[in-house]
Amino acid sequence: MKKKALIAILFIGIVLFWAVEDMPAYGDPTSPATQYTGQMYVERTYPDTGISNIVTAILITYRGFDTLGEVVVIFTAGISVILLLRRGGRL
Amino acid sequence: MKENVVIRTVTRILVPFIQVFGLYVIVHGAAGAGGGFQGGVAFAASFILIMIAFGAAEVRRRIDNRGIMCYSVIGICIYCGIGLLCLLYAGNFLELNVIEAALGIPHLHGILIDIVEAGIGITVMAVMISIIYDMADDGGESS
Repeated sequence: MKKKALIAILFIGIVLFWAVEDMPAYGDPTSPATQYTGQMYVERTYPDTGISNIVTAILITYRGFDTLGEVVVIFTAGISVILLLRRGGRL
Repeated sequence: MKENVVIRTVTRILVPFIQVFGLYVIVHGAAGAGGGFQGGVAFAASFILIMIAFGAAEVRRRIDNRGIMCYSVIGICIYCGIGLLCLLYAGNFLELNVIEAALGIPHLHGILIDIVEAGIGITVMAVMISIIYDMADDGGESS
């Protein structure tokens, strides 16, 4: 069993290292991640919002509904912990 | 818990700085590195530090379970309230730039984003403290 696990890990590791070569270089402007929507966000966020922190601007304006969902998820997690661990007492 | 002068004194000195730093991270969210999630967690960490040094009853004396629940709901209500405010100015839900366009006040967009970040921070802080409360006591006698 241990030997099989070792072989599996080695195989996955070799495949991942093999895939590293095809990744774009760090900060490459022609990589797919920076070309399409990323380029649009970088160009348009400051004229649209006037906020210097681009991460917060995207998080609250372009993806505001998504962030609202994240906050509700955290709230739901808190409620779940209360329901699981707090026996008897009121909310 | 055994009395430990060093831990208590260091906690007493550090807690205000941690809280100020947490508020700074929340408020600074629109201008630099920061945001509601990180700041809320930093703010909750100060309460957790008090709880470790002085016991859960010391923090519970300041914010009880009911207050924690109120705060976590208030944070979401601030967020949704800002979103619904946009509907009044003929925009979509959470379309913040219509308010600045309608009122004509400069930098209003950033201020609204700061308010939203504060709402996120309040909710995250309250939920963190709530989870620690429930883990600290043995479950039954919650007051």
